[in-house]
Amino acid sequence: MTARYQWLRSLARPTAAIGALLVGGWLLVALLSHALAPYDPLHSMVPLLTPGSRGPAGNIFWLGTDSLGRDVLSRLIYGARTVVVVATVATLTAYAVGITTGLLAGYFRGRVDVALSFFANVVLSFPVLVLYIVIIVALGASAANVVLAVTFGSAPAIFRIVRAITIDLRGRDFIAAAITQGESTWRILLVEILPNSSGALIVDFCLRLGYSAITMGVLGFLGLGLPPPTPDWGGMVNEGRTMAFAFPHLVLFPCLAISSLVLGLSLLADGLRQPPGRVGRAG
Amino acid sequence: MMFGNCDDSEPILAVEGLTVALPKGADRALAVDAVSLELRRGEILCIVGESGSGKSALTGAIMGAPAPGLRVTGGSVRLCGKELTKLSERAWCRIRGNRIAMIFQEPMASLNPSIPVGQQIMEVFELHARMRVSERRERALTLIRSMQLPDPERIFASFPHQLSGGQCQRVIIAMALAMNPEVLIADEPTTALDVTTQAQVLKLIRELREAQGHGILFITHDFGVVAEVADRIAVMRYGKIVEMGEARRVLTQPVHPYTRELIAAVPSLTPPSSKEPVDGDGAKTVLAVTGLAKSYGRVHAVNEVTFALERGTTLSVVGESGCGKSSLARLIVRLTEPTSGRVDVNGKCFLTLQGRELRASCRAVQMIFQDPFGSLNPLRRAGATIARAAMLAGADRRTARARAGELFDRVGLPREGLDRRPSAFSGGQKQRIGIARALAMNPDVLIADESLSALDASSQAQILQLLCKLQNELGLAILMITHDLRVAAQISHRIAVMQAGRIVEIGPAEQVINSPQHPYTRELLESAPGRGLV
Repeated sequence: MTARYQWLRSLARPTAAIGALLVGGWLLVALLSHALAPYDPLHSMVPLLTPGSRGPAGNIFWLGTDSLGRDVLSRLIYGARTVVVVATVATLTAYAVGITTGLLAGYFRGRVDVALSFFANVVLSFPVLVLYIVIIVALGASAANVVLAVTFGSAPAIFRIVRAITIDLRGRDFIAAAITQGESTWRILLVEILPNSSGALIVDFCLRLGYSAITMGVLGFLGLGLPPPTPDWGGMVNEGRTMAFAFPHLVLFPCLAISSLVLGLSLLADGLRQPPGRVGRAG
Repeated sequence: MMFGNCDDSEPILAVEGLTVALPKGADRALAVDAVSLELRRGEILCIVGESGSGKSALTGAIMGAPAPGLRVTGGSVRLCGKELTKLSERAWCRIRGNRIAMIFQEPMASLNPSIPVGQQIMEVFELHARMRVSERRERALTLIRSMQLPDPERIFASFPHQLSGGQCQRVIIAMALAMNPEVLIADEPTTALDVTTQAQVLKLIRELREAQGHGILFITHDFGVVAEVADRIAVMRYGKIVEMGEARRVLTQPVHPYTRELIAAVPSLTPPSSKEPVDGDGAKTVLAVTGLAKSYGRVHAVNEVTFALERGTTLSVVGESGCGKSSLARLIVRLTEPTSGRVDVNGKCFLTLQGRELRASCRAVQMIFQDPFGSLNPLRRAGATIARAAMLAGADRRTARARAGELFDRVGLPREGLDRRPSAFSGGQKQRIGIARALAMNPDVLIADESLSALDASSQAQILQLLCKLQNELGLAILMITHDLRVAAQISHRIAVMQAGRIVEIGPAEQVINSPQHPYTRELLESAPGRGLV
């Protein structure tokens, strides 16, 4: 296997394999939710059925129904689609911002770096939750604003990683060689530096995707997530919160969904982090 | 001096059939292949070999601490007749640092940066002997004194970063000798040091051996150093000892072809007689540097440097680390901007160019770098790297590809390598790729910044030959930045000696080497290891 595909080999490790299985499973669910969901997630039927009970027509509700009589399983399945799409988009935009600013700051240093680093530190020193609340309250609850809030919250951390790697690579001789050969700056940034930092970034991307999913859960729970009645895991926990003692299934299943997805992403990141066993040479 | 339980007749250290296995899938099965050797009291046995010869694996196995992944699979190591290979880790702790001590290559990295060096020496006593604090301190000071370090009290209280590399290495030798070990293993102890410091440390090691009678196992790749210190020499290759014998005999009448090859690869300090510029009608100045200076605050890294370089000639800039020779190279190619001065390339001022204009004219001066591992993008295929350089010089995609192939032939690499990434090449081959990349721009001036110093002796000799060949074929002007007077003597038409940012002497190679004018040049020449050898 060539060096480029070496990271694929790391999927053979058990932690990474379990992670990939969980993440892959949720991805499939998100992709096929219209086929997998037994009911319309927005359609009200019999309220507050316990898991496994049958409806009036003899149809079975595997995970029960919520207070408005909607099928919990179907809402979970459609919720997977929401979380996968929104968390991925949010993480990608955070990366776009973090990588661009990080490359510029790390490469040019000087005033650009001072300004960007200062701004990043200001954002990082804010309690993230307060930041989210401010953004959502000011701009209103919608998928786009959730993306904006997550981008704002995680881009500074990505900025820092990219900046550190860039500063390190900037001092290498192959960058000096490119400069002395008259290579243009943007090509140096995108072709020489960025691909060489991809190892660390792929790992971080998996972890951060998990954080974004958690953030969505938190926002949903605070009622700042996607506006109802969109199926949203965090929102489902919030709606079921008041009746959690009588009907634990309202809270339990969405929580399990969130944690299994995040766990899967963390395991996957962990698996990608450890480099596959290298072959030694005589010293 | 007598050692407790070791009588004088037997060797202090006897290694027999020692075999160390490499992990599966490595480039060979055994790192060390049935090596046998004996070390006698008061003797320096030099183990010479190129990188990958297994010399470090050998010392690791002797110390009972093979590097991760390596396994000792057979043979015996006896210290004063006592078998060591079967010892428990606990028993080893009483031997390491106490009866066998080790000195490493990087002096700074071997010391704890946040503890004064005196405390670090005292720690050795704390581990291996019961002594009162005052006694430990007294012994540490005595050791520092015996290392010929100035002002022992001050050194005792200094942190590693307050000492020079040579002073640190002396402190490490002091720590190694603290418990008066029977065996001292020195793994490339002077490789990281400047020549003048190296000469002093080698002298110290020789004197210690005479005064104390330690047996010293000295690992090195440098035959010059070997000629300075060795009583006996063992030459290693592919994990085997190919030749072992008295130093004088091995140096003057080597038997094994590999030993001969290694000794022949050491560049001679005598310049070849009257080197003519390649281009007969020559005298065309391609690079003129006038009053070039760079200062950082009050520190003058490069101070009023002036010289001219003609087509088809080589000028070597020689000096020790920190003298500003690399800064000079970086100033000329504008990797850093000078404080003042002028650089003319082909008669045109190079320093005032900006942006697009600069990019268009940087073709003329190209650079080869020091570290073959850092100078190539690890993700790019060799052919793509060279082709990209050709494209920057104005070729279209197809011609650039063809040109990469031609250049691969020219620098002596097989064309199959075009599609490989840098990790598939050896250090010498990577340096060839670096040269090909520079040549792809059709340069008039090639700056080689310590481009040979990271290479083994044999690949060093090959690259040196390659540079001469390219100069002959293309009429290149070469600016060679090096710390190695031997390299400079071989390749240069003229030599400039740099000290503290200034050129203190510049002249034809023969004149600088044979009748040096400046005291610093004389000191450098006297410090060159193995002057008697060649």
